[in-house]
Amino acid sequence: MKKDIILAGVGGQGILTIATIIGDAATAAGLKLKQAEVHGMSQRGGDVQSNLRLSTGDIYSDLIKKGGADLIISMEPMEALRYLPYLAGDGWIVTSSHTFRNIPDYPEEDALFQELGALPHVANLPIEDVAKDNGLPKSANVVLLGMAAKYIEILSVDQLRQSVVRIFGAKSEKMVEANLKAFELGLAAVNSLS
Amino acid sequence: MIERKLLLGDEAIALGALHAGLSGVYAYPGTPSTEITEYIQNNAPQVRSRWCTNEKTAMEAALGMSYAGKRALVCMKHVGMNVAADAFVNSAITGVNGGLVVLAADDPSMHSSQNEQDSRFYGKFAMIPVLEPSSQQEAYDMIKYAYQLSEQMKLPVLFRVVTRLAHSRAGVEVGEPLPQNALDPETDRTHWVLLPANARRQYASLVEKQAEILACSGNSPFNRSLPVEGKAALGVVACGIAYNYVMENEPEKLGIPVLKLSQYPLPGDAIKAFAKNCDSILVVEDGQPFAEELLAGILGSDYPVRGRLTGDLPRTGELTPDSVGAALGVAAPQSFSSARNLMPRPPALCQGCGHRDVYNALNKVASEYENARIFGDIGCYTLGALPPFRAIDSCVDMGASITMAKGAADAGVFPSIAVIGDSTFTHSGMTGLLDAINDNANITVIISDNLTTAMTGGQDSAGTNKFEAICIGLGLSPEHVRVVVPLSKNMDEITRIIREEIEYKGVSVIIPRRECMQTLQRKLRNKK
Repeated sequence: MKKDIILAGVGGQGILTIATIIGDAATAAGLKLKQAEVHGMSQRGGDVQSNLRLSTGDIYSDLIKKGGADLIISMEPMEALRYLPYLAGDGWIVTSSHTFRNIPDYPEEDALFQELGALPHVANLPIEDVAKDNGLPKSANVVLLGMAAKYIEILSVDQLRQSVVRIFGAKSEKMVEANLKAFELGLAAVNSLS
Repeated sequence: MIERKLLLGDEAIALGALHAGLSGVYAYPGTPSTEITEYIQNNAPQVRSRWCTNEKTAMEAALGMSYAGKRALVCMKHVGMNVAADAFVNSAITGVNGGLVVLAADDPSMHSSQNEQDSRFYGKFAMIPVLEPSSQQEAYDMIKYAYQLSEQMKLPVLFRVVTRLAHSRAGVEVGEPLPQNALDPETDRTHWVLLPANARRQYASLVEKQAEILACSGNSPFNRSLPVEGKAALGVVACGIAYNYVMENEPEKLGIPVLKLSQYPLPGDAIKAFAKNCDSILVVEDGQPFAEELLAGILGSDYPVRGRLTGDLPRTGELTPDSVGAALGVAAPQSFSSARNLMPRPPALCQGCGHRDVYNALNKVASEYENARIFGDIGCYTLGALPPFRAIDSCVDMGASITMAKGAADAGVFPSIAVIGDSTFTHSGMTGLLDAINDNANITVIISDNLTTAMTGGQDSAGTNKFEAICIGLGLSPEHVRVVVPLSKNMDEITRIIREEIEYKGVSVIIPRRECMQTLQRKLRNKK
């Protein structure tokens, strides 16, 4: 069994934290994994992505093939579309619907959401509003992880939850509490979609 | 005891070096090599690890530690090899005492660089062994081997990685650390004093060692052949990380044998034996067509060799499992084409960054002159070349802003302005500034000081708190060393000072100084 995931967003949105949590859960579960990250110049407000590959068997390439991604998890809707050629036919896109407009020629939002909505498997939610409305403005990325949790499949929701506790436990109890709440909010939000 | 850790390629290298009994790491930050030194700084207080001023000072200090009998590591990005090259090439002539590993992190596709030069050429040029791991596990395992090889051959060993390995995480099984070497400084002077008489002898000895170096490649545990039954129409020679992209395409199912190469010089006999069982060979290597060119010499020009030179693989950019799959004839089952509502999102200077205020001021003053030219340099502030600023006219190599501004001023360009960051200035700008001062060049130099090496994530900058003293020490008159605080409320003062110093006929330095927003925010977060 394998799960190839592309994490997408804009530099500074916290996709590497999502990758760290999934990576930790995968390591604890004894899965093999490879996780290609973006460091350096692109992190300054440019598009960023991480290829995260999880498998029960050997993994060779650090990069996912076109048409091979089972899941795109994105902090930004246009960034989710950037990796469309990599998505498998039955793959899912789980994305924030909050646009991040730091370029002058950002596409028309109506057209953007129409294109996104026309794809077969999309979960699209205003995670930043969910995070803000619940007093967790800094945990939007973990809300997104909660949303994506049931699509990751190779790891159970509970394995991911335990990893949230471990990763933020290294920082403070308060952060564990806030991020667990964010995770549950994402989980509940995506379930209300279907 | 074997433990399994989730490590970046860079971290696997760092831990491998620590477990090989490393005594010191010497480096200047450079993507994608930075995390190696950072890992050692954060995890091994017993190892010397402070950042160096540039790659050349790093290389020389590492050679000194090797001279003293201890194991040393020097890390840099590929273009850093150009800076370190004098010391690097000559370290192969002196030879080493304690193990010396030179790590070059190449950046195919130029994710964060100005070219995609392939460091394997430097290894061949210096005539030393080169190692190139295919995975994070191999990177960890190979470092210990590299130190053994270095001490066995009494030569530095070049360790080449690429961005995709350096910045990708995987589970790595790690072993027990070895103790550091005892202090044992070299006693023989003849091979360390490279006067011509000694150097000729040392060079002859290096040439003589080539057969043994080649034999080591031939017997390397990291080079191996994956044969198939009978003769194959196509065989693949896969170098370093390219092996993974080949294996991802399941060559065993295609009846394609693979020769995995991770140690150079190229093992000619192994390649000939492999080629005998194939009708043609595809060379898959990340970077420049280094092995592909050499294979013609090994196999003869009649033997069909394909790769980047023949167009079977893209001539530029990093390899991907898709480009390698296409060269192997594997069709990609792509379901979706590119999105329509999609625009590029280039990186930009952070909100609140002091470089923004510097460029706003510079653009304002430069627009008052008909032919102003602003020579840029390497760092976050290179992003000033992009909209909305479009403020700089050049970016070539570390320190080139000052010396190019001088050359252009010599030719008659006025005003000729250089913009350089604080860390880049101490890396390679100081010597150029001395040239300009000695020649009384008519240039204005902006040292945009954010108190850190920001582009690579906020490492200590060698000249912090010393810039005025450095400039005055190099001979600049103190009244032409001006310090400003780059904030929009100070715009009138900053533009006035830039104007005054442009109009001064000679060298002047303006230092806009304000802390990097990234390091400032990190400090505030850590305080909480």
